[in-house]
Amino acid sequence: MQTAEARGELRLVVNGTQRHVLARPAATLLEVLRDDLALTGTKLGCGTGTCGCCAVLVDGVARLSCLTLAATVEGARVRTIEGVAGPAGLHPLQEALVAAGATQCGFCTPGIVMTALALLEEHRDPSEDTVREALSGNLCRCTGYVKIVEAVRNAAATLRGLEPLPEATK
Amino acid sequence: MRTAPAATAPAQEVVRARRHAHDPEAGARLIGARVPLVDSVDKVTGRAVYTDDLRLPGLAHGVFVRSPRAHARIVAIEVDRARSVPGVVAVLTGLDEVRVPGVPAAGRIGDRRFGILPVSQDEVALPADKVRFVGEPVALVVAEDVLAAQAGAREVGIRWQDLETRSDPARGLEPVGEKIHPDVGKDGSDVHKVVEQSFGDVAAAFQDAALVLSGTYRFAGLTHGFTEPHAVIADYGADGRLTVWSATQVPHYLHRALAGVTGLPMHRIRVVRLQVGGGFGGKGEPLPHELAAAFAAIRIGRPVKVVLDREGVFYSGRGRHPTVLDMRLAVGADGRVRGLELDTVLDGGAFASFGVITTYYNGSLCTAPYRMPAFHYRGRRVYTNRVPSGAMRGHGGVNNRCALETLLDEAAQRLGLDPFDLRLRNLVEPDSRTVNGLRITSMGLGECLARVRAESRWDERFRRLPLGRGLGLGCGFFISGSNLPIHWDIDPARYPQSTVHLKLDLDGGVTVHTGAAEIGQGSDTVAAMVVAEVLGIGLDRVRVRSRDTDTAPFDLGSYSSRVTFMMGNAARRAAEELRGQLLSAAARRLGRDPARMVVSDGRVCDATRPQDGLSFDEAVKEAVSGHGALVARGTFVATPHHAGFKGAAAGTSPAYSMSAYVAEVEVDPETGLWRCRHVWAAHDCGRVLNRSAVEGQIEGAVHMGLGQVMGEELVYEGAALRNPRLLDYRIPTSLEMPGVTPILVETFDAEGPFGAKEAGEGPLIPVLPAVLNALYDAVGVRVRGLPVTPDRLYEAMVAAGGPSKPRGPARQVP
Repeated sequence: MQTAEARGELRLVVNGTQRHVLARPAATLLEVLRDDLALTGTKLGCGTGTCGCCAVLVDGVARLSCLTLAATVEGARVRTIEGVAGPAGLHPLQEALVAAGATQCGFCTPGIVMTALALLEEHRDPSEDTVREALSGNLCRCTGYVKIVEAVRNAAATLRGLEPLPEATK
Repeated sequence: MRTAPAATAPAQEVVRARRHAHDPEAGARLIGARVPLVDSVDKVTGRAVYTDDLRLPGLAHGVFVRSPRAHARIVAIEVDRARSVPGVVAVLTGLDEVRVPGVPAAGRIGDRRFGILPVSQDEVALPADKVRFVGEPVALVVAEDVLAAQAGAREVGIRWQDLETRSDPARGLEPVGEKIHPDVGKDGSDVHKVVEQSFGDVAAAFQDAALVLSGTYRFAGLTHGFTEPHAVIADYGADGRLTVWSATQVPHYLHRALAGVTGLPMHRIRVVRLQVGGGFGGKGEPLPHELAAAFAAIRIGRPVKVVLDREGVFYSGRGRHPTVLDMRLAVGADGRVRGLELDTVLDGGAFASFGVITTYYNGSLCTAPYRMPAFHYRGRRVYTNRVPSGAMRGHGGVNNRCALETLLDEAAQRLGLDPFDLRLRNLVEPDSRTVNGLRITSMGLGECLARVRAESRWDERFRRLPLGRGLGLGCGFFISGSNLPIHWDIDPARYPQSTVHLKLDLDGGVTVHTGAAEIGQGSDTVAAMVVAEVLGIGLDRVRVRSRDTDTAPFDLGSYSSRVTFMMGNAARRAAEELRGQLLSAAARRLGRDPARMVVSDGRVCDATRPQDGLSFDEAVKEAVSGHGALVARGTFVATPHHAGFKGAAAGTSPAYSMSAYVAEVEVDPETGLWRCRHVWAAHDCGRVLNRSAVEGQIEGAVHMGLGQVMGEELVYEGAALRNPRLLDYRIPTSLEMPGVTPILVETFDAEGPFGAKEAGEGPLIPVLPAVLNALYDAVGVRVRGLPVTPDRLYEAMVAAGGPSKPRGPARQVP
């Protein structure tokens, strides 16, 4: 869609599918996802790496796609918000966010889901402080983070095969 | 300047609220539960579509050229080079005439005014004569893609003639050279609006008071900080219809403004709101990018998308006014408030926005939740060459409340009273009038105070924590919707501010049509819950269609915390009408008296013999036979109940939320670094409709209010905004967010839907003074202004001769 620059072929594995796109050399990963692959679940909030709305997983690591040149992740496995829920339904993290009422406007939610997924890969039982630290690069203006943090910890508990925290301990 | 007559509304007049009987809530038992927002699955899976996510065939992209000058006449705009950039389709400026087919010529874009308030139409989509602030849009370059539009925008040349720049509202109070808005105001100053009101015997109140306290408070300007940047797509088809998809809180007002500037009749304009990524007031009025996109679409006959970058969002502005506030408080030896005086100068920035309302609210929202026999207010809003100020969460009730609650804290200290006890001596009564005529009905502040006092263990800890740690109390109240609509072209006493339509057909699903704007606060969920509750069905049977002005009945939009109260009531009435149709059909089928029939848990049955009944689907089949789909309508009309003086309606509402918060802070006495550890937040929302949603509003409001205390600030160097970036405009992160204990107090408002009031804005208000009062308890200094950055707190401690723990009044604990 963009003009004025020669495009080069870019290969990515996006949500498990091989994708080849012709991208401008200066295209960001966010532009490739949104404009070339129509994966609009990943959001542009600031374009300067401050808000975290554009976070995706690149080879399992949470990255800000607005600051990532697409060419630098040639061949990588990219997971976006569209690749989180499976055919069987929502991921436990998504279930937990819904149940806790942790989404309001929802614009930050995709970035938070991806950031928290990366956290949950590393920590089976993250403390509240660990969750807050992990999400400190994700701006949410609606929720005050309270229910997001609660949901991430509940999801961790579910993933450990435990029951969610009882109401009284929240 | 106008001087208002003395109060015409007697204080403390007892007014009985209009009661309506709530029928037994056997229904679906949803009210008060924790209900996930109906759109939350879409939001956690990335399927929710926001305006920038919409792709249309033939879509062109628009990029603004913004003014580098603060106040300058436009001498000439050179667009030929921009037009010749590959991919550029059109360049629009305020000098252009855009002919709308079939509509009489209405002149240049720069002459077609709009503005959210009918009394202050001082904006245009693109200016023709001059610019008024750095960052103001001057031209819109439309191209096949964003990069081409950006390249074109760099080639637009503008010749300027600079005018005197005024960035200090104090300067604009005096006569100036060329006024920022030459046709506003009768004198030669930049003053936009003056409100002066006096109630009761103010002079006597201050003369007789045992204690008079005063202070000057300075509050920085703010931006809303919603995460989704402004975005709009406009399309004009050969059929002569204009469609505008926009991230707006107020589709109806945008609809009106589009008609006003294009000359198209409203019936040829369709406004569609997709998911909106937060608003907080910043998307609460028609804005230049929306109207410029419409002109561009009409010009080129193709859809045009304009998405502002984050810097552009800062320039779009409309945040909380930079405010200087002089307050005097008179208190008797008994701790009762005798009188309050307030003189406020509001920096309006370059345009009017909601500013007339802001100027009224800064006064009128001071007179509760405490009785005061005398009140004097002067508010002056002044245009400056800065980003336009407007309405932001807690509109007109935040900075003044912050000052008043900290003065009350000082008064308690001076009188040797506990801050709780001082407030308890002053509470307005339920079913009463304030000194300026506000009608107070349900009033739960007393219970809020009791709950938060206990939960925070105030009596054990206030004034007893070690140096550097402190507790503070702050209270507040807020409107549950502005009682009067903004436009009075239809009798406001008869015009429904909200209308809801329902459709129920053979599929057994109910479609709710409303124009109430879901912006993330959960209004679609409120609509669905209210309807499901009344009909006794699950939420899976209800779908809300709230996005499209072609199908939705008018609703004024999401501002002034009005939606739950007004749309909720309309939805309730519509659902009751629909339920009546179902009950009649079921009674007919069963051969019973309709008056004996009820809905309950997906059945329509005899009230006393639940086994005698039909399933919901059976009842629907009976009802639509020989009839077709059932439709029903409900409305909400606010009853005007304001006093007779000019401006008396400003601040009136069908009901008021009440809140009391305690904040706990921790300060490093050496450096001034501080943080808020916890907030106990008691809020009287009337009735909890959705528990997790109300908690979410409180938690989010604590976050936003704390941001204003900790460091959020629009920093100017002269007239130029220095920090139009999220990195430098410091919204608290998850690490700075304190623990929050939401305490939901229910007063069952007689006129609210199921008794509900509001939880959208009121919960922000007490945070600020609670934290300031806690800082005083921690280190013994008062900072009269916001934000309280660590350096400001440090300087205040130095000026006070060092940090110290204030002594007494602490309650004796047995």
